[in-house]
Amino acid sequence: MAQALTHSDPHIGDRPRPAKNYLNETTGIWSWMTTVDHKRIGVMYLVAVSAAFFLGGILALLVRLTLLTPSHKLFGKVLIDADTYNRVFTLHGAIMVFLFIIPSIPGSLANFVLPLMLGAKDVAFPRLNLASFYLWCLGAVTAVASMVFGAVDTGWTFYTPYSTTTQNAVGLMTMAVFILGFSSIFTGLNFIATVHKLRAPGMGFFDMPLFVWGTYATAIIQVLATPVLGITMVLLALERIFNIGIFDPKIGGDPVLFQHFFWFYSHPAVYIMILPGMAIISEIIPTFSRKTIFGYRAIAYSSVALALLGFLVWGHHLFVAGQSELATVLFSALTFLVAIPSGVKLFNWLATMYKGNISLETPMLYAISFLLLFAIGGLTGIFLGALSTDVHLTDTYFVVAHFHYVMMGGTVIAFIGGVHYWWPKITGRMYSETWGRIACALVFVGFNMTFLTQFFLGSRGMPRRYYNYLDQYQPLHAFSTFGSWVLGLGLFITAAYLLASLRKPADAPDNPWGGTTMEWDTVSPPITHNFEGQPVLEHEPYDYRPKVKKPA
Amino acid sequence: MEWIRSIFLPPQGSAFAAEVDTLYMFLVGLSTVLFIGIAFAAIYFAFRYRYKPGRVTPHITHNTTLEIVWSVLPLLLCVVIFFWGFKSWLKYSVAPGEAMEIQVTAKKWLWQFEYPDGSRTANELHVPVGKAVKFVMTSEDVLHDFFVPDMRVKHDIIPGRYTEVWFTPTVLGRHQITCAEYCGKGHSDMMAKLMVDNDADFKKWMETGGDEWKSYTPEKWGEMQREQKGCATCHSIDGKRGQGPSWKGIYGKMEKMNDGKEYLVDDAYLRESMLMPNAKIVASFEPIMPSFQGLLHPQDINGLIAYIKSLK
Amino acid sequence: MSTSTVDVNPHDHGGHGDHPSDPHFQHHFSTLEQQFDTTKIGMWIFLATEVLLFGGLFVGFGLMQARFPEMFKEAHHHLQRPLGALNTVVLLFSSWTMVMGVLSARTNQKKKTVIFLVITILCAFIFLGVKYFEYSHKIEEGLLPGHFYHHHGDLIPVVNGANGYATFFSFYFMMTGLHGIHIVVGIALLAWIAIRANRGEFNSNYYTPVDLVGLYWHLVDMIWIYLFPLYYLIS
Repeated sequence: MAQALTHSDPHIGDRPRPAKNYLNETTGIWSWMTTVDHKRIGVMYLVAVSAAFFLGGILALLVRLTLLTPSHKLFGKVLIDADTYNRVFTLHGAIMVFLFIIPSIPGSLANFVLPLMLGAKDVAFPRLNLASFYLWCLGAVTAVASMVFGAVDTGWTFYTPYSTTTQNAVGLMTMAVFILGFSSIFTGLNFIATVHKLRAPGMGFFDMPLFVWGTYATAIIQVLATPVLGITMVLLALERIFNIGIFDPKIGGDPVLFQHFFWFYSHPAVYIMILPGMAIISEIIPTFSRKTIFGYRAIAYSSVALALLGFLVWGHHLFVAGQSELATVLFSALTFLVAIPSGVKLFNWLATMYKGNISLETPMLYAISFLLLFAIGGLTGIFLGALSTDVHLTDTYFVVAHFHYVMMGGTVIAFIGGVHYWWPKITGRMYSETWGRIACALVFVGFNMTFLTQFFLGSRGMPRRYYNYLDQYQPLHAFSTFGSWVLGLGLFITAAYLLASLRKPADAPDNPWGGTTMEWDTVSPPITHNFEGQPVLEHEPYDYRPKVKKPA
Repeated sequence: MEWIRSIFLPPQGSAFAAEVDTLYMFLVGLSTVLFIGIAFAAIYFAFRYRYKPGRVTPHITHNTTLEIVWSVLPLLLCVVIFFWGFKSWLKYSVAPGEAMEIQVTAKKWLWQFEYPDGSRTANELHVPVGKAVKFVMTSEDVLHDFFVPDMRVKHDIIPGRYTEVWFTPTVLGRHQITCAEYCGKGHSDMMAKLMVDNDADFKKWMETGGDEWKSYTPEKWGEMQREQKGCATCHSIDGKRGQGPSWKGIYGKMEKMNDGKEYLVDDAYLRESMLMPNAKIVASFEPIMPSFQGLLHPQDINGLIAYIKSLK
Repeated sequence: MSTSTVDVNPHDHGGHGDHPSDPHFQHHFSTLEQQFDTTKIGMWIFLATEVLLFGGLFVGFGLMQARFPEMFKEAHHHLQRPLGALNTVVLLFSSWTMVMGVLSARTNQKKKTVIFLVITILCAFIFLGVKYFEYSHKIEEGLLPGHFYHHHGDLIPVVNGANGYATFFSFYFMMTGLHGIHIVVGIALLAWIAIRANRGEFNSNYYTPVDLVGLYWHLVDMIWIYLFPLYYLIS
């Protein structure tokens, strides 16, 4: 069955190649711009979020370059001044969070793979899907416009009263975030309806792949939390325009109230970011271990648990911000509770590898990287959840390192792994495995060089969002900057060989990895309506047991 | 062991710092052990169970006992860590009753400290060793944050409200105060010097105002005093009339008082105006200026005079 | 392989169930019933997001009320209860006509469907008209949001710029304004389905748009049911 396939001959079991697939059935830019095919929309999202990632990444490299020395000089000239620097790190954060990470996996990979995994022809509301994409585009244009018209220097968190009184393009950026929020809401809405109503016959909730569970849990958060972000942005904009008196203390408002509103969304948002990443890992590990996933139900339940518990911990961003002492204690306790489901998943993935039959192609290398990097990210969260250590560490580089470990070392690494995993299905081509492994190593080493260093910077007292810094921190800053170059190189190489693979003919196997989920039961790339006829599920998920041959 | 701690953390300026460090280093140890365990498992499994064609893997779907163990044990650990952090934090949240209170006003982009006796400093703070000191803080504009890494304390400073932080310094010498909440262009320049003095040095500093003024020209120090001591509220420097006369171009002029007499605005006149403001009232102004006797050190007065001289 | 396929030909017209020949049938669904159920789930989820959107404003209002209890109490006396009550009755009535419209569509009564939808639209316009009078009155009196507030004769002095009256009216205009925008969108949706109903597009097999607009309209009504007592009635 599945086990015989991968290394011996990945093309065993290939279906006859159809004349047309979803990529070439219709041609011309108009057919793409008006498509309602979830696969084409997924591809467009992939290109779009990659562009956003590239822009956010350039800004990051600029931040690190500026911090190479305390004088901010490169070849004798000051690179950028403090005002510009403050805009650069704000935009880096805002672009990465709102234009890249939140829409990335749901919009691109989930959009493409979810209906296939369910044996469906499309998502529940294909036109709404396209609308989500166009809302993303509108939000992106608005965000770029804000860069042109003065940009924003408040930090991506827009804390008041600085954001209500500063003279720059806060209005445009809040509008961009509002629009992007609705893109996210509609995607979540679409996925929930799809999971409930469009599963193949024979597929109950506990027969669904874990990628679907993760996407479903994410969608719940998208739908429930994002409206609060929307209204927060509206209130911020109105405070700036009308001085309504909600956040600005000079007119009777409460600046800490903004932080509560903001983090009520933004904490669940980080689970919107990580759950899809974890969902990808739950696919890659059993496939490349050729072994059933350990603890399917635990992983499924923990995804939903994270989604719900994630709504109860927002106050851990406000431990020193002036919230009540009772709230502070409660939020710390709840934060520890939310750590458990993540740990459970990590152990389940490791247990899946135990006694597996493991090959280390690029997707699996990224999955193992995820395990290590997410472990560090999660463990450092403990330092921040404990009240006395948080007092020292909050608002320092320790936090910056922590969230980069979970968001980049977690989600982005999983995203890249997922892109490699489903690349043959999406494009019909195999990428270069050699370059994949080289780039993965560069990314892993570069990432750790850049960010492990920052834990030390933070615990030694270096605050975040600092343009100037004391000389004593310079060696660590320099090392972190060198790391960013290695990381950047690795990512650049990744983009290069992935794009290069598109020049080859589209002859990738239907199921190069021996996966057991339904997307592998159709040609690579798929036909426009995904399957010939309606597939019916006939086995448990992740079943790698050899099929017993029936007597003739 | 101290050398390991010092890789991660700054010097310990107080007993509380030592307490926080203990938890921190415990967490470092715990995280290292757990991380090595996870990394070892992943890498070992990847090698020990590497791909062999035709090998059949066991169909292990779950193991309830194991899953319960690895849910409950971390949960217990988390409970322990939570209480540990909570207990220490309780100490941080409640200042002892006998703590000396220092009023902190943060603004873009400087720190103003005011002692119980009313004397004020900017960007430099002296405290006596071994005695608790409590900071009652507010902002004049946006959010700031009072962070003293060596003391392991930090709290946001909020406009329109008062927040508090305290510590008992145990180590003599210089420590850093930094702003830890983004507040605009000068956020990373908003640093202050904390000096922990022995009793004698502290007393001397309270009496003579310390040495910070020596790092500025008299004119610059005067300009800073105008802001810090509140002169700017009533006296403009651009000629505009306020509650009090503008300082622009007054030095060396003849000024008419409300009793008709005229006086030369020179050093002595200015000195008298600061310390005995109602001795002479400029015509058409009210006798409302408070005396700055005791609030201005000699270097402050000299600086103000030099500054006013420079305003042609 | 791991799956097999059922021999359902998606292009089989006049075959299984009630799907193939209906022009509204979307082919990524297997049956019209599945399409209807799915669209309904989608609508309910959308309504949940609307509840959270308004919920944020309700929470904000509640917190500001706790901050300025006396000022808010005085400010709310400026609101015209009779007009608010009239609007409540109008909206409740329109919810009933909406239900009747859905029922008529479901039972193939084209004329009645159109009539009920048109009456619902008229109620919506009455609501907006009453709101126009209310807003004019506020504007005349200077009871405006934020720094536009210039009403005279308030009892409690404003200290340090903390104008609770202005904050009250900021929230009043924000929430009734956002609600009003939803009414306007509702009118557009109702007009659209009224036109489609008049064209005979709805029948007992396919009345989904009417049902969904109905759900939306009930939400808009329900939000008003919370707004009215909060602003007009609570002392």
